[in-house]
Amino acid sequence: MTNRLDTRFAALRHEGRAAFVAYVMAGDPDPETSFEIVRGLPAAGADVIELGFPFSDPMAEGVPIQKASIRALKAGMTLAKVLGLVRRFREDDRDTPIVLMGYLNVILARGLARFADEAADAGVDGLIIVDCPPEEAGDLTDELERVGVSLIRLAAPTTDDARLQTVVKRTSGFVYYVSVAGVTGAKAASAEAVAPAVARIREASGLPVAVGFGIRTPALAAEIARVADAAVVGSALVDEIAAALDVNADPVSKVMQKATALAEAVHSARSGAEA
Amino acid sequence: MTALNPSNTYAWPDAEGRFGDYGGRYVAETLMPLVLELQEAYAAAKADPSFQAELDDFLEHYVGRPSPLYFAERLTAHHGGANIWFKRDELNHTGAHKINNCMGQILLARRMGRTRIIAETGAGQHGVASATVCARFGLPCTVYMGATDVARQAPNVFRMKLLGAEVFPVTSGRATLKDAMNEAMRDWVTNVADTYYIIGTAAGPHPYPEMVRDFQSVIGREAKAQLHARIGKLPDAVVAAIGGGSNAIGLFHPFIGDETVRLIGVEAAGRGLDGPDHAASLQGGRPGVLHGNKTYLLQDDDGQILEGHSISAGLDYPGIGPEHAWLHDTGRAEYRSATDQEALEAFQLCSKLEGIIPALEPSHALARIGEIAREVGKGGNVVMNLCGRGDKDIFAVAEHLGVKL
Repeated sequence: MTNRLDTRFAALRHEGRAAFVAYVMAGDPDPETSFEIVRGLPAAGADVIELGFPFSDPMAEGVPIQKASIRALKAGMTLAKVLGLVRRFREDDRDTPIVLMGYLNVILARGLARFADEAADAGVDGLIIVDCPPEEAGDLTDELERVGVSLIRLAAPTTDDARLQTVVKRTSGFVYYVSVAGVTGAKAASAEAVAPAVARIREASGLPVAVGFGIRTPALAAEIARVADAAVVGSALVDEIAAALDVNADPVSKVMQKATALAEAVHSARSGAEA
Repeated sequence: MTALNPSNTYAWPDAEGRFGDYGGRYVAETLMPLVLELQEAYAAAKADPSFQAELDDFLEHYVGRPSPLYFAERLTAHHGGANIWFKRDELNHTGAHKINNCMGQILLARRMGRTRIIAETGAGQHGVASATVCARFGLPCTVYMGATDVARQAPNVFRMKLLGAEVFPVTSGRATLKDAMNEAMRDWVTNVADTYYIIGTAAGPHPYPEMVRDFQSVIGREAKAQLHARIGKLPDAVVAAIGGGSNAIGLFHPFIGDETVRLIGVEAAGRGLDGPDHAASLQGGRPGVLHGNKTYLLQDDDGQILEGHSISAGLDYPGIGPEHAWLHDTGRAEYRSATDQEALEAFQLCSKLEGIIPALEPSHALARIGEIAREVGKGGNVVMNLCGRGDKDIFAVAEHLGVKL
């Protein structure tokens, strides 16, 4: 079976444009609204959906995603419900890749084998575990390979060439480049600094490279899209939910507006640069 | 699972930082190179006699080691069992065992050329110890402390500020030790170039559990030699309170190979192990991954971490050092618990009988010491680590006793 991630990245390469990867937290601000947001993202221009699953102690997250986790947990979100959300999404959308992102303990609590089976069955395409470096990922990788779900690895500014070889072993789908040393949504990435890192990771992995952690604006997303295969935006989308809740506005339409602006910036980035 | 060999061949952790199934290095990729670098730097320091000599010098002249081994005669008579000995780590500079580890780590940080120190703290003892060594060596220090703990440990907050540290109140979660540790990790991942993170307990990613244990093992080494000098034999049991477990592992480790010595840890049972309000990770939790290591954690069915509760701010951590998890599973150490109420009673008893006001943390060990002494029986010897003094706790205790200061 061809992986939805491979299909999507191949198509984008053919079109000569970068992917817009939209991150939202499953269950934020509540399970039903969250489903509406996820369902709307492909039409707003998201090429890949990164779906956070909440954890009580999200150590790599900045304030926006910490707060999103708290909102989701308060609304009763669990890993089982996250998988249910994906299953429901797949009833109408067979093509948009979904990558789950979160922390290892939640997966361990479910059981690695059980999670792998359920994730594949629900239509999950990839998994990013922030606190599971390759050295600790053996069992998880075995289970995900068994069911054909990609374990997407992270590379960071602190990852040197020697270590990069370890990082890209047994990975598939794409490699996620953490563009700044820091938590999500706090510092701004620089396209100049990112470009050589992306080239290095592409060379080592033979996979598309998505860049995230430091992209908040359409302008920066466009800059990154010129040098990387995908630009990931999370905190800026999640902030729209928080802002909408503050003023009793509709979080779905706020997120869609922001996602549309970001998607347009990413999708026109390369043609704009060449024009 | 392989059985623990209870002889002197005990050599955990392995090269991957594992104690059996526990431990490891579960950190974000950004931190992974730093953790590996720390591991190398620590291994080099450990093998370098000049590092140990420098540490020993500071431990003697600055910290005030060795701490005495004291025969608690009146408490022994009161309980009517084995002789009870206190390892007096509350007499250390800054009033607790925490400085043993901080001194070791700051010397390592200097060796590594780091110029900024961060730390997390619960009760404030580790924060004070970190701020102290930073003042001594002229390094800037930021201490992350849960906002709840900032409120209930005001004297220690003021001490840290006097020592020149910046105290950062953490408001996420229930705003206690776990949340402070999350925030310290976030700082570390943001300031990778210049910052050294002094973790205060024998937990976190490898090499922290090993390193903190090694620095705290001075407690057990001294106690073993001191008791031998006094009575010419090993104790029958060694006892310590457990939050993250650094004072306990420091006492236990030099005795692990001595099969006749019982190792007994006392967890905080808070309002009772039946309900959710306790911090007994081994007795009320199950294995999982948090803060860089695999160990026993208080968690719900979905893997969400629960907030520990204890009257003692230093014990209300929902995890425990991975080496304790391993000693627990292999049966080499035994783990019991004491409630808030039992700790409060033991706190008062020790104050009245021995003229020593203990911290609330060792008061949990004191709450079990009577039954342990009776189990061991008259003529036996039990060494308990009196790991902190109670000055910081008098306000909290007064409040619980309904006394207005």
